[in-house]
Amino acid sequence: MTDHSYSLAELCICAAAEAWRNNGEVLASGITLIPRLGASLAKLTFSPDLMMTDSEAYLVAEPVPVGKRGGYAPVIEGWMPYARTFDLLWGGRRHAMIGPTQVDRFGQSNLSVIGDYTKPAAALLGVRGLPGNSIHHANSYFFPIHSTRSLVKGEVDMVGGIGYNPARWPSGIQPRGLDLRLIVTDLAVLDFEGKNHAIRVRSLHPGITLEQVQAATGFELEVPASVPLTPAPTAEQLAYIVKLDPQRLRDGVFKGNPPGDRRA
Amino acid sequence: MIDKRMPLEDMVAQLRDGMTIGIGGWGARRKPMALIRAILRSSLKDLTVISYGGPDVGMLLSAGKIKKLVFGFVSLDLIPLEPHFKAARQAGNFEVWEVDEGMVQWGLRAAAARLPFLPTRVGLASDIVRRAAGLKMIKSPYADGEEFVAMPALRLDAALLHVNEADSVGNTVILSPDPFFDDLFGRAADRTFVTCERLVATAEICTAERARYNPFERSVVTGVACVPYGAHPTANGPDYGIDVAHLTAYGAATAPEAWADYRARYVDVPTHEAYVAAAGGASHLASIPLPVF
Repeated sequence: MTDHSYSLAELCICAAAEAWRNNGEVLASGITLIPRLGASLAKLTFSPDLMMTDSEAYLVAEPVPVGKRGGYAPVIEGWMPYARTFDLLWGGRRHAMIGPTQVDRFGQSNLSVIGDYTKPAAALLGVRGLPGNSIHHANSYFFPIHSTRSLVKGEVDMVGGIGYNPARWPSGIQPRGLDLRLIVTDLAVLDFEGKNHAIRVRSLHPGITLEQVQAATGFELEVPASVPLTPAPTAEQLAYIVKLDPQRLRDGVFKGNPPGDRRA
Repeated sequence: MIDKRMPLEDMVAQLRDGMTIGIGGWGARRKPMALIRAILRSSLKDLTVISYGGPDVGMLLSAGKIKKLVFGFVSLDLIPLEPHFKAARQAGNFEVWEVDEGMVQWGLRAAAARLPFLPTRVGLASDIVRRAAGLKMIKSPYADGEEFVAMPALRLDAALLHVNEADSVGNTVILSPDPFFDDLFGRAADRTFVTCERLVATAEICTAERARYNPFERSVVTGVACVPYGAHPTANGPDYGIDVAHLTAYGAATAPEAWADYRARYVDVPTHEAYVAAAGGASHLASIPLPVF
C-alpha cells in the first residue's frame, strides 16, 4: 500500500506512460486525454528524449499542459505539420497510443463503423491514419471501458489498424513495421507478449480480478503464472500530473472518478 | 498578366455535374466554406469529393451533392464526429471510398506528378484492400519482391482552397500553422480556385521573410476571389478560430426541417456579406479565439 490515494485516471496515466519507457528519440503521440498525459509524464520522467507536439503543428520541448492554456506559452522546438507527420511516421520513428472503438484478439483496431459496412449501425470517424500507423511504427491502445463491446470476439467490424493476424498479411509474412505494445484499460494492462503475440494480462489494477477482466473481454486472454498489480503512482508522478492537468480534466474520464485502488 | 480575380459564382459556373473535386484544409480548419455554400446554391450534382473532411463534406452530403466520397475521416475537430456525415453514412446515401489519410496525400502526389499510382505499405493487411473498390496491389520489381498497395492517382477536375492572402495573378500565402495538403490538391487539379481573406498587391504578398508561406506557384491557380471570413465556421488561423457554437448548431440540424432552416439562414442568402451578418457580423467572427487542441 502507498501512503497517498490516487484516482483510476491517475493510475491509468502512469500505466500509459510505461508504453514509452526506453523508446528513445521517437515522436510520442498520445491521442485523447489519458494517453496524452501518459506520454507527457513519460517525457518528464524516464523518457526525456521523446518528441512531442502541441497537438496542432509544432514540436514542443516540454509537454503542453492540457485544457485552457491560461498564460502558458508552448516551448516550440520545431514544426510538425500533417505532411511532415506522414514523412516521419512512414519512417517508423513514432509510438502512438490512441483510443479506437474496437480491438480484437489480433490487436486489429477499428475507428470506422460499427456493424454492416455499407449501412452501418454507427458511423464513426473513418479509418483515419490507423492502417498507416499500424504498419509503420509502434502502437498502443487505451480503452476507458473494458468490455466485450470494445475488446471484441472474432474480428473488429472494419480492420483499420492491422494486427498479428497472418491470414491478412501479404503472402503470410508479418509486415516489418507491425509493433503493438500495450493496451491500458479501466481494469488492467494487457500486452502482446503471449504466444505468437497473443494478448496477455500484464497487470491487474488493484481490486480487479482476473475473472472480471476475462468476463469483460470478447476473446481468451493469455494469463502468466503470476500477474502483478499495476504499480501505484508515485508521489513524484502525481505531482507531475497536477502540473500537466491543472484543471483536473482527468477527473471526468471515468464515470464517478473512482479511486485507483478498488480493494475493499 | 492574367487577372485571375473572379466572383464565387463564376468559379462554380466552371464546375460540371459528375466532376471530381478536391477540397483543401483539414477537418474544421481552413475550409473554403464560402465556395462550398455557393456549390450548395447551384444545381451541381453527382460530385466525387476528395477531402480531409469537415463541415465541407457534411454540408455537401446533406445537400445531396455527393455521389462518391474519397476520405480517411470526416470530423469537426473539437466536435469529433460530423453529424451530417454520420447520418448520411448510416443511411448508405453515397458511395464510399475509404482509405488511410496518408493514402489520400499519396494519391494526390501521384496525380501531381502525372503518375498512375505510387506504391505504399499503407492499407496492407487492413480492410481497405477489401473495401476500396478497384484498389490494386503491385510487387516490387527489385530483389526484395515485396508486395505493396498501388495507390492510384487522385486526379481532380478542380481543387477548392482557402488561404490567408492572395494577389490578382494567383500568388498565395498560407499563414496558418499548417498548410495541410493544399499544395497537392492544387497540383493534382486541372483547375484550382482559391478564396482568400485579403487580396494584396504582388509586391507585398511574398517578401523574403514570408516566402516559405507561399505553398505553390501561381501557375497552379485558375481563379482568385477575395472572401473575408470565407472559411467560417472553420478556423483560418491566425485570423480567426473554429466557431464551435455555430458548428454545434449546424451539427444539430441534420433532420430535414432543421437542415432546411439552417440552409435558409446561412446558405440560401443573397451575398457573402449577408452570410457574415447572419453568422454574427465581422467583428464577432474576427474575435473567435484560435483553437487549442
